[in-house]
Amino acid sequence: MILCFVEGDELSAQAVGFARKLGEVRAVTFAGAYQPAAWAQALAAQDAEAIVAPGSDRGNELLAHVGALLDQPFAANVIALDGDTVTRVRWGGSLLEEARLHGAPKLLSVAPHTQPAAEVGEVETLDAPGAGSPKVLERVEESSGGVSLRDAKVVVSGGRGVGSAEGFAIIEELAGLLGGAVGCSRVVTSAGWRPHADQVGQTGTKISADLYVACGISGATQHIAGAKGAKKILAINTDPEAPIFASADYAVIGDLHEVVPAISAELKRVRG
Amino acid sequence: MKVVVIGGGIVGNSLTGWLAELGVTDLVQLDKGPFPNPGGSTGHASNFIFPVDHSKEMTQLTLESMRQYRDAGTLHECGGIEVARTEERMEELRRRMASAKSWGIEGCRLVTPAEIKELVPFVDESILLGGFYTPSVAVVDSLRFGTLMREKAQALGAQVFANTEVTGIDVEDGRVRRVRTTRGDFEADTVVIACGVWSPRIARMAGASIPLTPAVHQMIDVGPVPRFLSSKTAVDFPIVRDMDTNMYERQDGQGLEVGSYAHRPILHEPDDIPSIEESALTPTELPFTQEDFELQLEHALQLVPEVLGDESVGIKYAINGLLSLTPDGLPLLGETPEVRGLWSAAAVWVKEGPGVGKSVAEWMVHGEPEIDLQSSDVARFYPEQRTPEHVKGRTSEGFNKTYGIVHPAEQWESNRGVRVSPFYEREKELGAVFYEAAAWERPHWYESNAPLVEEYGVNGREHEWDARWWSPIINAEHLAMRERAAMFDLTAFCVFDVVGPNALDAVQMLAARQMNVPTGRVVYTPVLAPGGGFKSDLTIMKMEDDRFRVVTGGAHGMADMKWFRDHCPDGTRIEDHTPSVCTVGIWGARARDVLASITGTDVSNEAFPFSTWQELDNGVIASRISYVGDLGWELYAPMERGAELWDALWEAGRPHGVVPAGIGVYGTTGRLEKAYRAFGAELDQDYDVVEADMAWWKVKAEDFVGKAAHVAAREREPAATLCTLTVDELSRTPLGREPIVRADGSPLVDAKGRRSYVTSAGMGPSLGKYILLSYLPPGEHGKLYVQYMEQLYPVTVDVVGSRPPFDPDNERIRS
Amino acid sequence: MRTLVCVKRVPMTGGKMVLTADGQALETKHLGFTISPHEECAVEEAVRIGGEVVVLTLGPAEAEEQLRDCMAIGADRGILLRTDEEWDAQSTAAAIVEAIRAEEPFDLILFGNESADAAGFQVGIRVAHALGLPVVTGLKKIEVGEGRVRCERDVGGARDVYEAPLPAVLTVLEGLNLPRYPSVPGRLRAKSKPLAVVESARPAQRLEKVRLVVPEGQGKQAEILEDAAQVVAVLQSLGVA
Repeated sequence: MILCFVEGDELSAQAVGFARKLGEVRAVTFAGAYQPAAWAQALAAQDAEAIVAPGSDRGNELLAHVGALLDQPFAANVIALDGDTVTRVRWGGSLLEEARLHGAPKLLSVAPHTQPAAEVGEVETLDAPGAGSPKVLERVEESSGGVSLRDAKVVVSGGRGVGSAEGFAIIEELAGLLGGAVGCSRVVTSAGWRPHADQVGQTGTKISADLYVACGISGATQHIAGAKGAKKILAINTDPEAPIFASADYAVIGDLHEVVPAISAELKRVRG
Repeated sequence: MKVVVIGGGIVGNSLTGWLAELGVTDLVQLDKGPFPNPGGSTGHASNFIFPVDHSKEMTQLTLESMRQYRDAGTLHECGGIEVARTEERMEELRRRMASAKSWGIEGCRLVTPAEIKELVPFVDESILLGGFYTPSVAVVDSLRFGTLMREKAQALGAQVFANTEVTGIDVEDGRVRRVRTTRGDFEADTVVIACGVWSPRIARMAGASIPLTPAVHQMIDVGPVPRFLSSKTAVDFPIVRDMDTNMYERQDGQGLEVGSYAHRPILHEPDDIPSIEESALTPTELPFTQEDFELQLEHALQLVPEVLGDESVGIKYAINGLLSLTPDGLPLLGETPEVRGLWSAAAVWVKEGPGVGKSVAEWMVHGEPEIDLQSSDVARFYPEQRTPEHVKGRTSEGFNKTYGIVHPAEQWESNRGVRVSPFYEREKELGAVFYEAAAWERPHWYESNAPLVEEYGVNGREHEWDARWWSPIINAEHLAMRERAAMFDLTAFCVFDVVGPNALDAVQMLAARQMNVPTGRVVYTPVLAPGGGFKSDLTIMKMEDDRFRVVTGGAHGMADMKWFRDHCPDGTRIEDHTPSVCTVGIWGARARDVLASITGTDVSNEAFPFSTWQELDNGVIASRISYVGDLGWELYAPMERGAELWDALWEAGRPHGVVPAGIGVYGTTGRLEKAYRAFGAELDQDYDVVEADMAWWKVKAEDFVGKAAHVAAREREPAATLCTLTVDELSRTPLGREPIVRADGSPLVDAKGRRSYVTSAGMGPSLGKYILLSYLPPGEHGKLYVQYMEQLYPVTVDVVGSRPPFDPDNERIRS
Repeated sequence: MRTLVCVKRVPMTGGKMVLTADGQALETKHLGFTISPHEECAVEEAVRIGGEVVVLTLGPAEAEEQLRDCMAIGADRGILLRTDEEWDAQSTAAAIVEAIRAEEPFDLILFGNESADAAGFQVGIRVAHALGLPVVTGLKKIEVGEGRVRCERDVGGARDVYEAPLPAVLTVLEGLNLPRYPSVPGRLRAKSKPLAVVESARPAQRLEKVRLVVPEGQGKQAEILEDAAQVVAVLQSLGVA
């Protein structure tokens, strides 16, 4: 039996899809406030050939706890399992690792957006006698000062090529015209031009927009890891060899300082 | 002319702009990277320019570049100070004052620690002894300038392609034909490699070599610096070069850039530079190696504690930047000797880029650049100087001399002993002190002659700098030569034949003097550039009707050979004898006696007059000429018979007291007593034959390169004339390149704007005087001084023109 | 206050992943090294919290460079568990636990939420279990109080606030703070700060790396748009304009 932790989201459906390939799936979830150690204890107590979770923050955290409790290895962000050989994601997806997983039960989280979603079917709610683990004292809702990067339909993002904090005015203008959010690369947050909350990347936000507009971003692997969830990517860069173009659907070869205002102007013109 | 310029850094852009300006319309420029910064060394350059250099050529290129940057609005003058922590450095700064005056850079002055503090308030002046302030030091925008040049070229019809990688260069019949790229083939008859650190790789595609190596220059950027937050420009304070620690500190907006040439030499292979996509930054901004910068941080902290000691100032950027280094530290310019039509414009820094672009463009289009590029000619290297061992050895050694105190006679230590004459072992036994010329080991003097110092009563030199790389034995050898005779190893000569039915036409076209002479004659002749300046000076022996033998100095031999090869008509060829022929010179009062005892050939003055050559009965070719102003011969023998010739002369010379003598005599004392001119010192493209006072009585009827200009020069008053001066007191001995000034220290400037400086300096032991050669404007022969170490030493103009101070009627040579 | 920060030496990658010939590692001859971005924030946070900051890594001798980098921004000393091989998360955690036991007590043990390269999402949690300490992960805010730590974690549009008693294990995310650049005095001080090197032998691997593979490129051939009008046409076709 394959135990699969689910949470009723898209990633969980993908995890179930993956788990079904391994055997009969028992989908489980928990009620109440999130308590990773307690939930993990409950998962660990089940008898299963494998325990599968989505490669989400919670899924990975839970399986890490399970691994620690059972003293078993845990392979995070797996895209394939063949016998005891797993293929898993490294470097935010820029590299794959093939590895042997010497453990029982097999503990696997499923790399997001690498599997088709499946019908989750019946979900069993497990009891978690919550004790010991740090508890959530309160939940603070973020004051949403605009479109959130994670959920925006359009993200207009700037990189090193923008040149300064002030340079983002043209990025903001285009994002505003498209009703989208402003993003940036890690170089930009390290330089202090934008807050980290705007960072798209492996260590920033992983977006899922319909369109990602990358302006003056070379396309380091760390950045692509956050941007590749977008359905379409439009890259604007002076350098046609820039790695970003390998991930882009549309390319404008040119200086963003000219191209971006031109697009904004054209948008305004078209809209009258 | 169908030109492809490969490279879009400061050099490629400047060159493309200038080629278009000079009327080249069939012009293509390529780079594998994007514009404006394709990822080469220009993109991470620190972009500051200190104009003063001891080399005239480099200074001229730099001044021309600054002019162009200024005209384009891409130059910001901020001033700069080279600071001294040691007395030895203060001496060097005094020499820089001399170079500044010789090359016409205004406003330079030595400053006290307190003045430095006033100019750059964030330095700790307590560790400094003083500085050399150049107000015209500037920061330039090399990317912007390059863009302007590229755009100008495009406006004039040039095609420019970014992101186009060269995959091959086709050569047919020794000529470049096309460039293969990722964007297709480009037909061309002229291709310029302006690829910076990648140049050797591109040259290799055509079977040519560009001897440079990519090397690391470490640089960090710290900030934000509180003092700079209110700055009005990107650089409000003069740039500081901390010469004794091989470092610089310069403001860059709110940050301070600290660069170093102090770390161990870190060389890379051109093939091993990462691609654009593999690079974390750009291909020439490699990961910083902290361990190589530890000492430098401490040194920098000592000098600018206010900035670097501030805990709030962070190291925001640190790279191992790649730049190009060459074996002799000079650029690699001109057509490659291997492939016709394939040019190099490499190993050029931002400070010379625009000047190089203009000069190489002129060279390509007009056949001659306005600025003499003889020291930078890519053809200057012998095969032995193009090897990886040589390039690695010399660049490693040269790197830490970037801000070094380099004596004009300083010798290299690496990769020595590469070419030795057949006399080498004999010379070693005689205690020869070897200097290097064109990769050859040549005795400069012989320790075995030390007893002669006392015998002839030769004095030493009081000051260490004056006496460095020098020995009083040189003067003693000289006096022994004049009194008895001396043997010289001249194997480093470059010797080649012009052969073929049109050989006479070929040499006539290049030699300024008449070459239609009888077989057996030796002709010393200037070789002129099209503009009438000196391309070379050398001797040509007429061997047979269809064979002329050229003998020229080793240092410039390869460039001379290329010049002759380039001008050979069809059916004429060049035979290089340099590797197979050795040369011994024997000169002095007893030279004839010595030579007569090793040959049955009649070597009397009547049978063997001056300016002729003969094959002796022992197979040796003897040429009766002299560069030391004495009776004697140059003797040429096959390498394998060299030792035999040396031994025979040595044995025959004993009864006559013959001594071995080094190049110290041949190149300096013997030559200067006769006021003989040397190429690269007195003779370069900036001066003509008339000014050098070497014009002969009539111009030959036949055409030759530079004839029109030469004829014109003869018809006007020279703007300056080469003069022989002597120093009134022998307390110091200038070593060359110092300015000649009036009593108030003001420079002499001729009608062409050229300043008077010492072209050669050295003792005339037979005269008992210290000799200086210098071009002086007419009417400036009164009370003059040489400016040396910031002191004025009175000099006397002994001779205006070329009349020799020693043996003015040449009785010795002709005896 | 004593804080331990665990970091990992990782290459600074460019736009393209290139593997060594044996497929066991990234080709790093052109690359510099750093620590994972989350860990940079962990070190910065530890320095801001104050007290003694010890920084630990498991890695090759060259990882001293990263420990010195951490010391340059304020860590007081370093521990290098020296090995020439890459270890799986389980054995890494075990080695860290052993090192911590030799150095105890720490009030706070900080990790990055996951490493930039292997990204196993588990070393901190395993260490906490082995030491019997509370653990909170994915933090973007930490406030240390008397015997307790209050911290915050992003949960899609909201923040969950946790409190845990000290000592505790915390794993953090980039964005927790903006790490400082090292100053020159910091760099110079770092040279002489104590560094303990512990030779470490790798146990049997239970997640045993076989090889690395560069994934197939997305094979995208970007359509070149020549002007703003074409861009706007595309935006309209995508329904975003």
